[in-house]
Amino acid sequence: MSELLLAEAVGFTRSGDLVFDPVDVRLERGKALVIAGPNGSGKTTLLRLLAGILTPACGKLERHGSLAFLGHLAAVKGDLTVRENLEFTVRFCAHPGMPVNQALARVGLAGLGLRPARALSAGQKRRVGLACLLVARREIWLLDEPYASLDDVGGELVDSLLEQHLAAGGAVALSTHQRQPRLNTDPGRLLIRPAARGGE
Amino acid sequence: MFKSLLALLRRDLRLAIRHGGESLMPLLFLFAVLILVPLGVGPGPNLLSAIAPGMVWVAALLASLLALEGLFRPDLEDGTLEQWWTAPAPVGLLVTTRLFSHWLITGLPVILFAPLAAQMLYLPDHALPVLMLTLVIGTPILSLIGGLASALTLGTKRGSVLLSILIFPLVVPVLIFATGAVSAVADGLSPQAHLGLLTSLLILAVVLAPLATTAALKLNVE
Repeated sequence: MSELLLAEAVGFTRSGDLVFDPVDVRLERGKALVIAGPNGSGKTTLLRLLAGILTPACGKLERHGSLAFLGHLAAVKGDLTVRENLEFTVRFCAHPGMPVNQALARVGLAGLGLRPARALSAGQKRRVGLACLLVARREIWLLDEPYASLDDVGGELVDSLLEQHLAAGGAVALSTHQRQPRLNTDPGRLLIRPAARGGE
Repeated sequence: MFKSLLALLRRDLRLAIRHGGESLMPLLFLFAVLILVPLGVGPGPNLLSAIAPGMVWVAALLASLLALEGLFRPDLEDGTLEQWWTAPAPVGLLVTTRLFSHWLITGLPVILFAPLAAQMLYLPDHALPVLMLTLVIGTPILSLIGGLASALTLGTKRGSVLLSILIFPLVVPVLIFATGAVSAVADGLSPQAHLGLLTSLLILAVVLAPLATTAALKLNVE
């Protein structure tokens, strides 16, 4: 089956109002999807819905693969070293991927493995998040603003990681409002609109 | 799936060891109570042996309560909590694992040092096994109820006051039945009724608390 994730007319409500107009999402092997929309339109909400962190208020959601979610928060424990954080991800997720040292080198953090994660800069924490994607093998990547707080080199790194993941048969959905991913095959685009609010 | 749970448990314990001071809190509380109360009420064996079960239990209660603020909040703030919903293991089991590690850090030390405490407070020797038994049955209830209250108050910035208010009425029965059992034995009566009620509380908490805690966490993550 080439579909890894299929969502039909999913929507989410906050205090009874739809956050965005219900959307269809289809993630296939080797395909990327860019979720676009103005600030506050619900890009993060949609990604969290697809990740299963939120429960959809309407629509149907099917997943046929393991999933990784990289959110605004890096999900890194400051009191553990970078290496310990990655080793936790390896054990926590079922399928190990790239060895930890290799993943650190890949994201440009070689030699920082023994540093406590709280001593890292915002950009470096993002890179630890990217390394987490590599050390455990998961088919669906849901990335919320993966380019945030990364420099140009970091942006290119994200692009090459995406390329590699897609080539390996994975699927990606990401939201971004700054840099657009530059990939060999053009990613699909999904524009989400804030739902019209009643009574305003 | 079990690998995920084990990974979480290992990380929780590693973090607890790294925050050495916080993890020693339960024992410090136990000994603070053991040393200060005799100074306050006088060192007479009769009085002390009468209040011994209550004091050990108050120490266990405070130890459990103190660690609650850090049970889920740091995970909510650094984003590791939302990752639980993308994990290969069901969230309910991850919650149970977290509660188990809370018990290992706050409940187990008190149980291990209870014999020493009992000696220091002149608890009659034949009452010690029952005191231990009440702690073994009762401290997990404290962790389970505490976990629920801490998940419920996660949304409020300074939840600790609300947390204590929520918890107290729920742990009062635990305290009553546990100390009741020990006093009964010390007086030469059978502790069975108290222990039975305590065990039924444990069963109730084990079945319901992780479910309710999971639901409360979900609300806060949303």
